[in-house]
Order: sequence, then C-alpha cells, then structure tokens
Amino acid sequence: MAKYLLLKHYRGAPASVNDVPMDQWTPEELSAHVQYMEDFAARLEGTGEFVDSQALSPEGTFVRYDGEGRSPVTDGPFAETKDLIAGWMVIDVETYERALELAGELSAAPGAGGKPIHEWLEVRPFLAAPPTITE
Amino acid sequence: MDEALLRTLTPTVIGILVRRGADFAAAEDAVQDALVEAVRVWPDDPPRDPKGWLVAVAWRKFLDAARADTSRRRREVLVEGEPMPDPGEVVDDTLQLYFLCAHPSLTPASAVALTLRAVGGLTTRQIAQAYLVPEATMAQRISRAKRTVSGVRFNQPGDVATVLRVLYLVFNEGYSGDIDLAGEAIRLTRQLAAKAKHEEVAGLLALMLLHHARRPARTRPDGSLVPLAEQDRSLWDTRLIAEGVDVLQAALTRDRLGEFQAQAAIAALHADARTAEETDWVQIVEWYDELVRLTDSPVARLNRAVAVGEADGLRAGLAALAGLDPALPRHAAVAAYLHERDGDPVTAARLYAEAARSAPSLPERDHLTRQAARLNAQLRS
Repeated sequence: MAKYLLLKHYRGAPASVNDVPMDQWTPEELSAHVQYMEDFAARLEGTGEFVDSQALSPEGTFVRYDGEGRSPVTDGPFAETKDLIAGWMVIDVETYERALELAGELSAAPGAGGKPIHEWLEVRPFLAAPPTITE
Repeated sequence: MDEALLRTLTPTVIGILVRRGADFAAAEDAVQDALVEAVRVWPDDPPRDPKGWLVAVAWRKFLDAARADTSRRRREVLVEGEPMPDPGEVVDDTLQLYFLCAHPSLTPASAVALTLRAVGGLTTRQIAQAYLVPEATMAQRISRAKRTVSGVRFNQPGDVATVLRVLYLVFNEGYSGDIDLAGEAIRLTRQLAAKAKHEEVAGLLALMLLHHARRPARTRPDGSLVPLAEQDRSLWDTRLIAEGVDVLQAALTRDRLGEFQAQAAIAALHADARTAEETDWVQIVEWYDELVRLTDSPVARLNRAVAVGEADGLRAGLAALAGLDPALPRHAAVAAYLHERDGDPVTAARLYAEAARSAPSLPERDHLTRQAARLNAQLRS
C-alpha cells in the first residue's frame, strides 16, 4: 500500500470545466455536492483506503525566524499568491493507478446544474519509510 | 460491566489514595491502571463491592509503582507507616479534584484533558479520539499537566469559576467520536452541582441542559445545520428543558446573577416559545443587556444586535451592529441576517458569501454558502 495526498486548491489549479462559484449554485446542488463528498469518504473507509480528510480556511500568514530573542516575522496574507490550498484527502491504496482513479472520481463531484465540476486535483505520493531489505 | 459506574467512582478512588498519602500524580496513574484492569477482569468476575475492589487494586498498583521506583523508596516507607483513614470519612475529595484539574496554572487544553481523565474517568485513548490528536500526544499533555500541578496542595480551596470555564469548554468544543463530550460535560457539571451550592454552577448546568435539549433539532439527517428559527420544536427534549428551567429558577431566586445564569435565561426564553414567532425578544434583549454588563463581551454584543433587530426593528438591530468591530467572529453572518430581514438580499448574499469564507467550521461554512446560494437563486428568478 502507498499513501497519496489528493490536494484541492482554492486557487492555482487550472480552471474547472464547470467553473461556477459555490454561492451561485442552488441550495439543492450544494446538498448534492456535500452528499457526494460524504459518500465518497464513506466508501473509501469501507474499502480500507481512507486515511484522513481536512479542509483549510482561506486565511493564512507567512512566518519566519528573525534571529535570537526576536519575535518571528509575519507577512501576508498575499492576495497574489499563486497557490491556495483548500483542503486534502489522504488515501492509502495499492497502486498509483488506483490513486488516479479515485482522484478522478472525486473531481466528478456534482456542481452547478448538477453536472460534474471536473475540478483539477493534485495527486502527490507520500515519501515512504525506508525498506528493511535493500539488496 | 458497568462503565458508567467505573467512571463515577474514579474521582472518589483518587481522593482516597491521596488521603492515604499518595501524591496526586501517582494516585491518578494508579487509578488509571486499576480502571484498565477492571475493564479486563470485571466482565468475567464482577466484584461484589466495586469501590472496595478499585481502592484495593489501585492502592496495590500505587505501591508496586512506588517500589519499582527506587528513588521513591524513602517516601514509600513513610506512606506505609501511616494509618489509613476510613474511606467513609472522606466527603469532598471529588470537589478538590475538580479544583486541582482546573488549576489556573494549567492551559485550558491541559485542564480539559486532566479533568476528563481524573474526574471523568475517561482513558487517554478516548480523550485523544475526542480531540483528534494521537494518543501519545494526549498522554504527554496529561503528564505535563500533572507535573504542573504537582506542587499544589490537594486540600487547597479553588476557584469555581475556573472549573466552570473548563466544563463549558468540554461541552462546547471537541469532535463527536465514541465519546459524547456534551453528555459527559453535563454529567460532570451535575456532579459538581450536587457538591457545591453555587449559583453559577447551577447556571452552567441549566445552560447545558437547555442547549442539549435542542440537539435533535439542530442538524438535518444529512448533517447540515438548522438555524434556531427553523428548528422543528417538537424534536426538543421537553424533559431536559423542564429540568434546565427548574435548575435555573432555583439559582435565580438566590439573586447572585452571573454570566452563565444570564445565558441560561436567554436559552430558557427560546425554549419557552412554541414557535419562533412567539419568542419574547424584549425579555431576551434585557438578558443580553445583563450579559453585556456582566462580561463586556463583544460576542454578547453581537448576539444582542440580533435580538434588538427582532425586538425593536431591523434598523435598530443594524444600528446596534454598527458600533461593533467587523473583525469579530460571525460579524458578517449577523450582518447578512439583519440585511436580509431588512429587505436587502443583494447585500445579504454578498455578506453570507463573505461569512462563509471566514467560517470556523465546515458545517457553518456549508450553511452560510447555502444561505448565499438561496438568496442568489431568488435574485436570478
């Protein structure tokens, strides 16, 4: 098994095919979307492939060390930042192909007009623990 | 196997060990070990005297641990040499435990964890699950908390206000896993109310009962939030409401008002209305005025603006809102609500979408996005 991060962006990914902001959907379309996401996670729990799912607030601040005895420097939020991560799902699957298949399904969540959003998700493999046998 | 009984006995048994000379940290560890053994042994071999069994096993665990730790050898001799007081004489150990676990030197998160373990009798694993952190992290948080309070004398009187703050946090925050934190907070507050005659303990208990009563109506089957005005009031738990109102009334007659009694009074007025339209908003505004006077809390002022909007008209509500800092949590949501009622759906939709972006939880974000979507759909048609 290998773990993959399915990343969802507020900004920075190529535009979705069905690209309508959520507050322009109907309440029924919103319900259908939320239901789809819950069913998807429940199904992966059922197959033993679900690890974690979290959502992030859009607000963020950059922080860095500023030397001994000084408070860290903060900066931002930067309106022009290219990438803005909205949340993720972590899955633990047999193959890379399975990770792509699941990301494809997640991207098909219904949006405006009840049609799939075709949202671009980023699939990133986790770096694994080193193997014991190397030769 | 009666887990509820085990959990109720936990603080009593810790108290008895402390009376016998164990320090709090060692007593608490020994009782956790005894609880784990009880869970293993009791199903096949239930004891006739569960409390006596727990005391005996926990004391043995304590002595084993003290013996294993050579640096503690001298104190162990001292402990074994002391006469053991009759556990029957012990009256207020549980109350002392509440004070110790909510000691002002602890951070709120540490006080919550320690209270749930030492007073609530939950295992570290259960507490970790309830707050979505790894078990090892929670174990560290608890042992650090125990080190922090190690110098505090057990029989020192504490401040009820700090205990109430901790119980309020347990009720109001945390994820619902296997452990029902809201139910656990009510159990612990009820137990505290039985031991400490204090108006604000009663006030907090009433507040919890009145809010817990609405729980079945607060979410739809799909998990989405239902605002108070739209809740199916037939789903409210009338038994909990009646108890909450009784507890609150008894507290109010003592005429020592505090913030929890004022909040409970507001909840009681909502509970008293058979429909949203029957709500006595004028009285609710008066209680918010009390709450603002008692706490000077900006959050209370924000909620007061909603009540003023209902009692004195939306323009008055928006005027009450105008003086408040827009950076306040949920400010945009309140503004959106008042603007919609005032007949300005365009502003309301914009504010709901803004509120959704800064929502602190997913259910709230979904709810606020839905409100924006509802208004935008109306505006299109």
